[in-house]
Amino acid sequence: MSCPASPWPALVVVMPLSAAFLCFVLGQRWRGTPLLISLLATALCCVGSLEILRELAASGPISYRLGGWRPPWGIEYRIDGLNAFMLLLISSVGMLATLYSARNVPLEVPGGVPHYYALHLLLIAGLLGMSITGDVFNLYVFLEISSLAAYALIASAGGRGLRASFNYIVMGTVAACFYLLGVGYLYAVTGSLNMADLAGLLPPLRHSPVVVIALAFLLTGLAIKVALVPLHAWLPDAYAYAPSSASVLIASLMGKVGLYAMMRLLFSVFPALLGSLPVLPLLCGLGGCAVIVGSVLALAQMDFKRMLACSSISQVGYIVLGVGLANDRALTGALLHVLNHAVMKGALFMAAGAIIQMTGQRDVRRFGRLHHRMPLTATVVLLGALSMIGIPPTCGFFSKWYLLLGSLEAGSWASAGVILLSSLLNAIYFFRVIERSLMAGGEPGGRSEAPLSMLLPMAVLGAAILLLGIFNQAIVAALLAPALRLAPWR
Amino acid sequence: MEMRPLLAILVSLGAAVLILLTGERHRNLRELWSIGAAVAKFALVLSLLGPVLRGETVECTVLRLYPGLDLCLRVDRLGLLFALTASLLWVLTSVYSIGYMRSLGYGEQTRYYACFALAMSSTLGIAFAANLLTFYLFYELLSVSTYPLVAHLQSPEAIRAGRKYLAYTLGSGTVLLGAIALTQRLAGTLDFRAGGFLQGSAPPEVLRALLLAYMIGCGTKAAIMPLHSWLPSAMVAPTPVSALLHAVAVVKAGVFGCLRVLGFVFGPQLLRQLGATVPLGIACGATILVASAFALAADNLKRRLAFSTISQLSYIVLGAVILSPDALRGAVLHLPFHAFMKITLFFCAGAIYAETHRENVSQLDGIGRRMPLTMGAFAIGSFGMVGIPPVCGYLSKWFLCLGAAEGSLPSLCIYLSSALLNAAYFLPIVYAAFFREGGQETREASALMVGPLLVAAAGTLALGIFPNALGVMELAGGIVREVLP
Amino acid sequence: MIELLVARYNFWIAVVLMMLGFYAMMAKRNLLKKLIGMNVFQTSIFLFYISLGARRGGTIPILDAGGPYINPLPHVLILTAIVVSVSTTAVALSVLIGIKRTYGTIEENELPR
Repeated sequence: MSCPASPWPALVVVMPLSAAFLCFVLGQRWRGTPLLISLLATALCCVGSLEILRELAASGPISYRLGGWRPPWGIEYRIDGLNAFMLLLISSVGMLATLYSARNVPLEVPGGVPHYYALHLLLIAGLLGMSITGDVFNLYVFLEISSLAAYALIASAGGRGLRASFNYIVMGTVAACFYLLGVGYLYAVTGSLNMADLAGLLPPLRHSPVVVIALAFLLTGLAIKVALVPLHAWLPDAYAYAPSSASVLIASLMGKVGLYAMMRLLFSVFPALLGSLPVLPLLCGLGGCAVIVGSVLALAQMDFKRMLACSSISQVGYIVLGVGLANDRALTGALLHVLNHAVMKGALFMAAGAIIQMTGQRDVRRFGRLHHRMPLTATVVLLGALSMIGIPPTCGFFSKWYLLLGSLEAGSWASAGVILLSSLLNAIYFFRVIERSLMAGGEPGGRSEAPLSMLLPMAVLGAAILLLGIFNQAIVAALLAPALRLAPWR
Repeated sequence: MEMRPLLAILVSLGAAVLILLTGERHRNLRELWSIGAAVAKFALVLSLLGPVLRGETVECTVLRLYPGLDLCLRVDRLGLLFALTASLLWVLTSVYSIGYMRSLGYGEQTRYYACFALAMSSTLGIAFAANLLTFYLFYELLSVSTYPLVAHLQSPEAIRAGRKYLAYTLGSGTVLLGAIALTQRLAGTLDFRAGGFLQGSAPPEVLRALLLAYMIGCGTKAAIMPLHSWLPSAMVAPTPVSALLHAVAVVKAGVFGCLRVLGFVFGPQLLRQLGATVPLGIACGATILVASAFALAADNLKRRLAFSTISQLSYIVLGAVILSPDALRGAVLHLPFHAFMKITLFFCAGAIYAETHRENVSQLDGIGRRMPLTMGAFAIGSFGMVGIPPVCGYLSKWFLCLGAAEGSLPSLCIYLSSALLNAAYFLPIVYAAFFREGGQETREASALMVGPLLVAAAGTLALGIFPNALGVMELAGGIVREVLP
Repeated sequence: MIELLVARYNFWIAVVLMMLGFYAMMAKRNLLKKLIGMNVFQTSIFLFYISLGARRGGTIPILDAGGPYINPLPHVLILTAIVVSVSTTAVALSVLIGIKRTYGTIEENELPR
């Protein structure tokens, strides 16, 4: 354990936080500044997370004490392979989403550009903070920062987004309160809020009902946040009616960070309880249900963004399933799917936003001739869809492959069946889109491709879908293996 | 490292990209890419023939996909035989396509040529796959890349056929994936090995279930009944697609998969132990007879050819299941031979359709006098299907019958009665075309179509007379020695 | 049973408040009432936390004061949580204003589906 001199762990969170403030203040006067500031801040976050990753590889897990207070009294940022992986994911997707928003936000949130970017950065800061912190209460604070930003972002487009946002606020607050309550119970029995400290204090208390209830509250809270079936009802509207660039950010990252928090709590704080409580089998079952329920819900959707949102419910299920199986392969699959799903959902939501912006169509049935009108966007939709179905060599196949082998290794035939069945269900609703965009006639009209600032991040994520798949072993070796190895539960 | 197998796959992948970039505006250039890639691909595959005949195994590991599992290409005899057939026939088809697509004025031709090139990449990938994961990768790509070709006409019927095609291929692909994952779990490896590698890895019940999953996975593309019904529906596709993909590449990929699974995953010994040969044989035998009956009843020419394909594909699988050296030799030979014969027949059907817009058998009276070259070729193909020497079909059927006589008499009966049925549904067409009266004003189709179909017919004859052209006999002999030592 | 109720009355009050809030959030059709329910729900948790730190006869935790101190940490934490709760309420209220402006009502059953 090293206490590095490098300030990156703090900067990675502080930069977007202060940039959010700057956006708001400077944006009132100079119209172009919020975008520039956001781009700069997210780019710096990327640099920061790469630096952290490098440091991690050189000297092992990093412990950063905020204000120099010693844990367990002060807040500790504790970075191992898993956090570093999440930081890199959040900051890079965040940067692409910022770039994407350049030409989209002025159209969808007219008059609110500085506010939008302030919230956008707050959301990113909250997510980064959630991933980096080693303190359960600090996690709550960042959870709320990101949630508040997300509520406001979803509402910022007005219209149906307002309803969605209000529902989300109610559900999200319940979730946060549950989490807070769980933290309270933990604190009542252990007197500590530091994750590493808690992990040391909990084993003797593992039969205490208070600890069990604490775990139940914490997990329920996070389950609402990640929209795990049966607590998913808020999600489809919230993802579907947010402004397009906000949907990209929220759909590809928010759930993932919630899942990260879940893994962190399970494996870094509560490993002592996993043996005596049926938590993992429960997660396994819920994950399996989520996979199927999400796919079936998506089957019924004709609104492209809603369909993608419902499919997110099922993809969250995959990851929870992997976490529940909890063997090496399944966990690798779950982490790989965190990355892959962020990339492919990001790409698909970007494409959906571009389609809505250029053609005004959200309805899948009216996507005819899309590959003539917006060839690049249609290609990204195709790649994303194939990856969601799990056609090799796209990245979606490989996470599925790991999860499949993981379930066979755990002897869980049901999970293997669920994974296979769901790829068929995915095929049904995604090929509906492909069939429309490729085969159906539609409104004539020449090419009307989205502006470059939208195409570029879309193309980057589209290419990533292929590259992450083909070179998945490099990712597994460079990012996921350390994430699994350095995580304290080993 | 030997790059030729990889290049053979990449060359048409590159062509697909070039085709998309060239687009409709320079269509001659676009089609030049297609032909160029086909020729280059055939040359690359042909250049591998020498080393393989000398007994070398050409291998090329591209990259790692999973710990202990690579994207690995290995050219062995069976793979090369399939690759040779597919790549040679692609050269003919890409010329034929130009004539067909232009004379019928179909739209979206850029997509058509690009998907065709992509499908051929996947086919070669399947042929050269060294392990099941690589095989699956290309197998799924083949399903996806051929979907736009099936639904090409974009009519409601075509779109329905496309959906059915996807449902069958992706559904079976999913079962196949499950089987592959279980194999990885049981055996810890997915590398094809002549004679199989699953021996003793699990209790027999599990292995039987696994075999069933594999046969569903590969048997769907091989159109073994009752998983065949996508194939007749897919005949709505443009004829070159039916010709190359649904008589050669896709369905043969399924058959090839069955052969790989039977000979290189399970192996003859294990198949005997599991008692799997009889049920598989019954399924294939039933498919042969029932499909022939359907073919007799079909009036639509392409539909009749499709059912004939279904029955002929099961010839191959049945031959492999009998597990006698001669039957296996016959099965392996039937793979290229049937491809040549069937593509000739499809080319003829397409030429007739392009020129006269007739697609029913009952409308073909007297057409042989107007289109003598086309119908002459058709006659050659038909004779081959029946098994009349010297057209190549007789040779593979001879070996199949020889093996069946030695291994399983019911199979012999099936082969012989099917030959009769073949005669019953093909020869009347030839008879009607040449000897019945029919006074339509038609002429031969464009040279771009007649040329390839004549070459294909000539190839069919040549393979019958010089069976060792392209080393086919030698390759088949080698495969038999590998799998059934 | 009675003893448990009496000894831990702070917990029970928190539970009762929480259920009241939860009921309002789930059962009320008026969005503003839902919001009020949400606030009650949050407050119950704050009270629970604060009562955790309380100590009979304890004084403020300043070293000079001497004697048993109450635990300050829960209070500090709840200060943060209250800030969060206020901001949530603010966001929710502004969303409600937006809903009222857009649809002219904040009754859930009158809003278009």
